Amino acid sequence: MPYIYIQPIKTDHSLWIDDLEKSVYSVFGYHTKVANLDINLEKTFDQARHQYNSSQILLQIISRPPADAVKVVGVVNVDLFIPILTFVFGEAQLRGIGSVIALHRLNNIFYGLSEDRGLLKKRLVKEAIHELGHNFGLIHCNNQSCVMRSSTYVEEVDQKSEEMCSRCQELLRGLL
Amino acid sequence: MKPSDIKILIVDDEASIRDALSQWFELDGYNVSSAEDANAALLKLQQEPWDIVMLDIKMPGIDGLELQRRIKKIDKNIITIMITAFASVETSIQALKEGAFDYIVKPVDPDDMSHLIRNAVEQRRLMYENSQLRQHIDDISYSDEIIGESTEIKKVLEKVLEVSQTDSTVIIKGENGSGKELIARAIHSQSNRKYFPIITINCGAYSDGLLESELFGHEKGAFPGALYRRQGRLEMADKGTIFLDEIGQISEKMQADILRVLDTRQFSRLGGDKKIDVDFRIICSTTHDLERAVQEGSFREDLYYRLNVVTISIPPLRERKLDIPALARFFIKKYSQSMNKNVLDISQDTLDMLVEYNWPGNIRELRNVIERAMVVAKGNLVELDDLSFFFPVVEMGSEETLPSLDEVEKIHIQKVLELTNGNIAQAAGILKVSRLTMYNKIEKYQLKKSRNDLPR
Repeated sequence: MPYIYIQPIKTDHSLWIDDLEKSVYSVFGYHTKVANLDINLEKTFDQARHQYNSSQILLQIISRPPADAVKVVGVVNVDLFIPILTFVFGEAQLRGIGSVIALHRLNNIFYGLSEDRGLLKKRLVKEAIHELGHNFGLIHCNNQSCVMRSSTYVEEVDQKSEEMCSRCQELLRGLL
Repeated sequence: MKPSDIKILIVDDEASIRDALSQWFELDGYNVSSAEDANAALLKLQQEPWDIVMLDIKMPGIDGLELQRRIKKIDKNIITIMITAFASVETSIQALKEGAFDYIVKPVDPDDMSHLIRNAVEQRRLMYENSQLRQHIDDISYSDEIIGESTEIKKVLEKVLEVSQTDSTVIIKGENGSGKELIARAIHSQSNRKYFPIITINCGAYSDGLLESELFGHEKGAFPGALYRRQGRLEMADKGTIFLDEIGQISEKMQADILRVLDTRQFSRLGGDKKIDVDFRIICSTTHDLERAVQEGSFREDLYYRLNVVTISIPPLRERKLDIPALARFFIKKYSQSMNKNVLDISQDTLDMLVEYNWPGNIRELRNVIERAMVVAKGNLVELDDLSFFFPVVEMGSEETLPSLDEVEKIHIQKVLELTNGNIAQAAGILKVSRLTMYNKIEKYQLKKSRNDLPR
C-alpha cells in the first residue's frame, strides 16, 4: 500500500503531524507515514547567505525514498533559499516524488510576533498541500482562495484556504 | 494566452541558477528551456520562436550584452531580462538602454521576481494581441463588400485602390443608398492610416451649432449645457480619416471653419484657446451637385477646389443592373447567417423582377427588400411571393376596386419612408420633392415615419 511520507528534519513533528495527516488524506486520499531518512542538513548550509540550500536538501530526500513512498515531503525548521532567490517557503519537483517545506518563515517569531502554534500548523498544512499538488502535476492557480495559488509573502499564505478550487480538484482527479 | 503558450529561455553559465529558475517558472506553468552559453542560446533562438529570454550579463565567450544585441537582430520583439550580480549594475543600465525589458540583481526577492515575470508576460501578451488586431485589420477589406462585376463598379474600385495609397482629399458623389460610406471605408482600410480610426459625421443631420460642437468639441462651460469638456470628431480622427457625409448641406460659416482647418491643420475646441494639432485625411460625400452649388453661390468655391482633389462617382444601381443578381445573392447570404435561416438562393423570375425595377433607393433599397423577403421566405429560395409587399399584384378589376391617385401616393410614400428608416430628407431626395412637401404629405396621409412607428 503506497503512502505519502513526511520527513521531519530537525523539528518536533508531534506538534503538527496529526493535522497534516488528516489534510493530506482528505485531499490526496493517501495515508501518511513519518520517514526516517538520513539527511545531512549541515552539508547544505551556505556560509555567505546563512541559509540552507533547498535544492540540495531536496536531492537528499529523493535520493533514497522508502519503497512504498508515492511522495516524500521534508519539513525543516531552517531558512531555505534557491540560488536566484532570497528565500523560499518550499520547493517541489513538478510531477516528481519529493518536496521540502521550511517552517522558519511560516513562524510568527520570524516577524517579531509572539508564537502562534495554531497559525503555524495551518500555514504548514497549506504549504504541504501546495507542494504535494506540484508533485502530482498541478501548476500555480490564479484563484485567490485556492491552495495552489503562488505565495511569496506569509500574508498571502494566510489569505488562501487549505482547499483546492474546483478546477484544481478536477485536474488533480485526472492526475491521481 | 495560457501560461504554457509563453516560452521562456534561461541563459546562464551556472547550472544551479538555470535549474532554479527553470523549476520556478515551470511551477507557474510556463514553457521553459535553458542554455549554458550564448552559442547554445542562439542555436535555440534560431530553431524556434521565444517570448522571453533571461540572460546572465557575465558569461564566458559572448557576454549578455552582445547576446542581447544578437537576439534583437533575430526578433526585436523578444523580451530580454538581464541577470546580474550587484557589481555590474552599470552594465545592466546599458542593457536597458539597448532594449532590455528589465534586470534582476542576484539574489532577488521572490515577490519581485513574480511581478517582473508577470509584467513581462503581460507585455508579451499585449504585443501578441496588437499584432493579432493589426492582422485582423489587414484582413478586413471593405472592398470585399463592394459587390459587382460591371465595368462601372470596376472603375470605381480601381480608383479606390489608386487614391488609398495617397493622402489626397476625396469627394465621393452618388445618390442616396449607393454605398458612399462603404467606398470611404474601403479607401481608409487600404491606406496607411488603416490602424487609426475612420470617423464619420453626417453633416446633414446636425444644426449649425451642433455640427460645430461635434466637429471641434467643446470646453466645459463653452455654452449652456456644456457640463464637461468633449473631444470633437476631428480630434478623434487624429492620424486617421474623417468622413464628412453630405458635405453639401453645411452652412457658409461651417464651410469657412472647415476650410481654415484644412489649411492650418489646427483648431480650437469651442470655448477654448488652446490650438490642437491634428493629422487627418478628409473624405467627403455628396448627393448634391456641388459644382452647381458653387455657381449658385451656396458653396464656397475655394473650399470646393480644396476638397475636390479626387472625385469618385458611384453609379446608381439602375445604371449597373448587371450587378443586381450578385448583390441580391450577397445580401441573401448575409441575412441567412444573421437570421439563422437556410435560404440559399433566389428564383430566376424574382431575380428578373429585381433587375427590371428602377431602384430609386439604390443598394440600400435592394438590401432592405431582400431583408424583408428573407423574413417571410419559407423554403431555401427567395420566391416572387416573398416580395409581394414590394411588387403587389395589381388586379385590374372594376372601377370600384382600382385605387385612387391619393391612395397610390400614400402607399408609395409610406414604402419609401420605411426604406429610409424614417429619414425624411433622404425620402424627399428619392421622391424628388422638397422636405416641406414631405412633411405636408406625412401630415395629410397621417403616415408613420419608420417601421418602428408602425403598429406591431
